[in-house]
Amino acid sequence: MEYLTVHSPILIVAVPLLAAFITPLISKLGYKVRDTFNVSLLSFATFLVAILAIDIYANGTRIYTLGASVPELAIPENYMVPVRIMFQVDGISIFMGLTITVVALAALIYSLQFVKNETGQDRFYSLFMLLYVGMIGLVFTGDLFNLFVFLEILSIAGAGLASYRVNMADAVEGGFKYIVISAVSALLVLFAIGILYGQYNLLSIAALANTMQFNTLDMIALAMLAIAFVMKLAGVPLHMWAPDTYAVAPAGITPMIYMSSAASMYALYRVTFTLYGGQFDTTAIGWVVIILGMLSMFIGVMMAIHQTDIKRLMAYHAISQSGYMLLGVGVGLAVLTDPVALANYGRDAMNGGIFHIINNALYKGMLFLTAEAIFFRIGTRDLNKMGGLGHNMKWTTIFFIIGALAISGIPPFNGFASKLLIYESVLRFNPLLSVIAMFVSLVTLASFTKVFYSAFTGPEMPAYKEVREVPRSMIIGMGIMVACIIFFSIFPGLVVDTIVAPATDALIDQAGYINGVMGAAP
Amino acid sequence: MSVLTYGYAVWSPIIWLVALLVLAVIALYFRSRGQKRYKKGTAQTDIFLSGIQVPPAEERHIPAHNIYWGFFEALKGFYSTMMRPHTGIINDYILWLVAIIALTILVLVMVM
Repeated sequence: MEYLTVHSPILIVAVPLLAAFITPLISKLGYKVRDTFNVSLLSFATFLVAILAIDIYANGTRIYTLGASVPELAIPENYMVPVRIMFQVDGISIFMGLTITVVALAALIYSLQFVKNETGQDRFYSLFMLLYVGMIGLVFTGDLFNLFVFLEILSIAGAGLASYRVNMADAVEGGFKYIVISAVSALLVLFAIGILYGQYNLLSIAALANTMQFNTLDMIALAMLAIAFVMKLAGVPLHMWAPDTYAVAPAGITPMIYMSSAASMYALYRVTFTLYGGQFDTTAIGWVVIILGMLSMFIGVMMAIHQTDIKRLMAYHAISQSGYMLLGVGVGLAVLTDPVALANYGRDAMNGGIFHIINNALYKGMLFLTAEAIFFRIGTRDLNKMGGLGHNMKWTTIFFIIGALAISGIPPFNGFASKLLIYESVLRFNPLLSVIAMFVSLVTLASFTKVFYSAFTGPEMPAYKEVREVPRSMIIGMGIMVACIIFFSIFPGLVVDTIVAPATDALIDQAGYINGVMGAAP
Repeated sequence: MSVLTYGYAVWSPIIWLVALLVLAVIALYFRSRGQKRYKKGTAQTDIFLSGIQVPPAEERHIPAHNIYWGFFEALKGFYSTMMRPHTGIINDYILWLVAIIALTILVLVMVM
């Protein structure tokens, strides 16, 4: 177990990567062997993430240096700075790792039946694993260049998967838009990394943070990184690609592409809090993040309620919910240098924003799965053509109700817990922001009431008389997410104390992140 | 363990669940005291529209684009402004990016 714990950061990346490349060979033995193989390897990765999480919550940040005599040796002998490829997994990294892994496992199990009758399944599963590798690598990495590499991996895999259903023109278009947006973002990131490397001759995030002088070029690099990550996380006004891509991606892939956006949000936080932490006017930049969050919330929800395509509606809600995360963490950033405000409400705001990441991943992911369950059975995403599905798709209806109440912030669900943290703390920072956030929740509820009425209630339609519930693996996939939602709803305090608060502490404690690497000199 | 503390207040979902359970029990009790001669699948459960013939199911269900009509009608100006940037054309999305980069450069120049 000690061996697994020490090597877990690299194994969590290597095992799914192995699965990605071996899947086409394994599938020669039959689709059941391939599916069992993929689910087993991802389950093993889940187990590794769990033991790494236990280790980090007990012992603090874990560093894994590739090629070092000892994995924890960040700086080689006769060197003053880290030069090797390094994973540095702290509280926020492992929080994102847990979120990504739970969603990936549920999405993979859901996809087993969903793509069963499609062609090119080998490529589907290979790209799925690569997408997972990209996301996990991005949140675990300790150096900027690998951040770029994993960003590219997840972007290319995501684009391939978004356009998987090549027989549908809008799927190919959605995938194309995603790759263009991703390529442009990645180039901006690479250029910013080039600026920083050219100045400091460093790629390690900790070493750069230690050396950062925040001159003009650094400011330009920060702006480029921020714009790139805001575009990838679909923040307003760079959000327009998201509904086009989320709506057309196959069932299990939409939650994964949404998690790619969440991983980009993590990258934005890593850059602002860790890489550039304390170098800039945190109040000003915090307000920029807050305004970004408010715009995303408001415009996202107002566009969502207008939609009649169920997945486009949910995609706009994903943009809106990202606004809550940006609002919470933005308030924390704005009061970062004020210890009293940080203690009074800043930490709670960040706890709320970060708690909202995992809550939203669960209920938003599940809502996307319910939308695709409907598409799987009736072949349309148009709400105008739906009705009375609650008569025949009882499990999907129940899961939808739970997801809709959770996303609307209705007690006692987990969405209420994270939104309450955000409302209460943001109220003390600026009451108007809290009022707007509550209004957005109201409109969210109205929007999902519209979806519930249109799709599930009403008389049984003659066209859908023969519609049955979706296959078992799809129910299990949704069930995994519902189980997590219910657990998080009943034990919000436990979740916040165990996994959210350490993530907040990791973001706030820039010195700890730096010392984790620079303090490990031979 | 289930309690979420923030600032000066506390949120306990267990209390909410207990309250919901009590309300559910009360509601079920009222339901159990209802009309026992009610039979599903008979004329008792048919829709009655003052003697008018009931339209088919497809015509009874309000389509999604009609829901919240008043809300959208009142905000027609807002939505016509909002819809304009959402063209669906990737070139326009990249133009938005260029505009944001230009705005950021302007702000940086002013700050410096």
